[in-house]
Amino acid sequence: MGRKRVFAFLTAVLLVLTACGGGTEGQSGNEVEIFSWWTGAGEEAGLNALIQLFEEENSDIRVNNAAVAGGAGTNAKATLATRMQGNDPPDTFQVHGGSELNDSWVAADKMEPLTELYQQEEWNDKFPQELIDLVSHEGEIYSVPVNIHRGNVLWYSPSIFKENGLEPPRTFAEFFEVADQLKKKGIVPLALGDKESWAATHLLETVLLGKLGPDDYNKLWTGEIPFDDPKVIDALETFKKMLQYTNKDHAARNWQDAAQMVASGDAAMNVMGDWAKGYFTADLKLEPKKDFDWIETPESEGSFMVITDTFGLPKGSKNPEGTKKFLQVLGSVEGQDTFNPLKGSIPARLDADREKYDVYGQETMDDFKESALTPSLAHGSAAPEGFVTETNQAVNSFVTQGKVDATVQLLQQKLEAALK
Amino acid sequence: MQDSTRTEKSKLSARSLDDRWKAFLFLLPTLVAVAVFVYGFIGWTGYVSLTGWNSLVPDFSWVGLQNYVALFQDFRFQSDLRNTVVFTLLFIVACLSIGLALAVLLDQRIRGETFFRNLFIFPMALSFIVTGVVWQWIFNPSTGINLWLDRLGWTDLPVWYVDTRIIPGWEWGAIQVGIPIALIAVVVAAVWQLSGFTMAMYLAGLRGIPDTLREAARVDGAGEWQIWRRVILPQLHPITWSVVIILGHISLKIFDLVVAMTGPGANFVTDVPGVFMFETTFRGNHYAQGASIAVIMLVLVSILIVPYLVSQMRREERG
Repeated sequence: MGRKRVFAFLTAVLLVLTACGGGTEGQSGNEVEIFSWWTGAGEEAGLNALIQLFEEENSDIRVNNAAVAGGAGTNAKATLATRMQGNDPPDTFQVHGGSELNDSWVAADKMEPLTELYQQEEWNDKFPQELIDLVSHEGEIYSVPVNIHRGNVLWYSPSIFKENGLEPPRTFAEFFEVADQLKKKGIVPLALGDKESWAATHLLETVLLGKLGPDDYNKLWTGEIPFDDPKVIDALETFKKMLQYTNKDHAARNWQDAAQMVASGDAAMNVMGDWAKGYFTADLKLEPKKDFDWIETPESEGSFMVITDTFGLPKGSKNPEGTKKFLQVLGSVEGQDTFNPLKGSIPARLDADREKYDVYGQETMDDFKESALTPSLAHGSAAPEGFVTETNQAVNSFVTQGKVDATVQLLQQKLEAALK
Repeated sequence: MQDSTRTEKSKLSARSLDDRWKAFLFLLPTLVAVAVFVYGFIGWTGYVSLTGWNSLVPDFSWVGLQNYVALFQDFRFQSDLRNTVVFTLLFIVACLSIGLALAVLLDQRIRGETFFRNLFIFPMALSFIVTGVVWQWIFNPSTGINLWLDRLGWTDLPVWYVDTRIIPGWEWGAIQVGIPIALIAVVVAAVWQLSGFTMAMYLAGLRGIPDTLREAARVDGAGEWQIWRRVILPQLHPITWSVVIILGHISLKIFDLVVAMTGPGANFVTDVPGVFMFETTFRGNHYAQGASIAVIMLVLVSILIVPYLVSQMRREERG
């Protein structure tokens, strides 16, 4: 082979290499890229309906649905972090309101404020103030909530309670009374599926909410109330006692498996967010109030553990005007009522159309208007992601070891580090 | 005469120089790619592990070994190290003994050898994710083999990978040292997948031993058992080493099987550094902390690989 050919070959190799590097910059024209982890049955249907509605109103804009599959968004969040740090953000992306938005992306100066959009659309009194606070940082609003999920729900089997002449528990004392009776009859009182440890954290945060009340619960995450507060210790002791009434194989189950135990009558109760309702009605074809029923978790009546999916506008979006149009649809009554009945959540707006929702949805919409809103820790709204991961780890050990003092100390230390 | 040889020589050396130059050019893209994408990124990971980048905001302030110190004090990481050692030992020993046993049986020139060979090696074709999911069903305490055991009248059923006991479980600081029972279930799945590979390696080794060696030993009056112990097994040493190296690095960086089967497990009885690294980096956004776990995993693998590489290089030099 002559020298010329060698160089020709090398040039070819280099060309291929550079071509690979530049290949992703293909986006052109009037396009909006929507990034989410909504690939499951109901949520994907909701998103698609929303996109359809948007395209009907804006026929000149094409939507690129960049959903990344993976439970609770783990894979999507990793992909998103890479793109954001590489200054190649999607035009808008799904992010939980609260710490997940504020302490990461807003604090990193990666988001455009949407305060003007709120004024222009007159949204400021359409969403509850506490919810707007959850997506605000230092006086500016940064994202548009599309839905609301509730975390502090105790799901129960009405037939088990009826057959045993029991009432669903409103307090922790009642819970343990009921649980004792059920256990004696050989029924698992409380189904738990903490194969992924956030499910145990989810149960713990509802206990914290019950024991501390909404105000003190919120203060816990800002460091105003320390973890060695007697109420927190009481909550951990209660949580520990509750674990004795769970199914033995909880570490082998996920949240759906645990919810299914209630559906099939193997367990009496289960604490889970109201995506469990979607699972009951859509996947298991159960009828609300008849095959399954619900009540707030013990001592948390009047509080609403809120998990909200929101969409914002990252800095460096290739089509900010088109994206704002999408956010307008997302925040409109029509948009919210298109998306939420399919996804199984309730609208974030207070003036949405009640008739579009099932009996659970209507009841929860009423509660949402009247309750004190509290951010969920397990779902990233109350504290930075790093602390959430560390809490999941601490709870994982706590479930087996039950060391209250060590856990309290560890959490206090980790939260202080996270708030720094 | 002298002149002509000199020109011949210089022509030759010029040509070989030309060849070397060409060879270098051909290797250059690969060299650059490996230098950047392997060693460059290893260096980058090492550098990140010494910084304070523990949120979504990049932060390259120098913190020295702080991330490593925090890591070794962490209950989860201590459990991970215990699990890695236990997993690696159990996994390699089981694969070697089962693989060798199968190879010896197949080497008896039995009927249907091809069938059995394929049967045992087939699991290797699956991904660890599939293996994990299947064995998760099998070992599920409420729906797996326990259904059969229950029907057979077995009371007090084992809970398999949900078992949080550690035997013998000496306390060492906060963690318990010993074999986590739950981890054995994961080892079983891994062994099922890879003992066929060990078998194939040993079978090839056995077939490579010339029959004349056995015959010579027989003539010298050695019994069958003695032939095995003194003639055949020593010949298999290099194979054993290769298998240990290959299985060892798989077990030190195992991730997918654990994720599919158990996750970290209750009280981290089945957690491994790979899973911890992933969760720390991509769930917790603790990039520097995650990088330090990755560096430790690299060190663990090199403890196993480097002596092997060195011995190989020495052999090449000698050969």
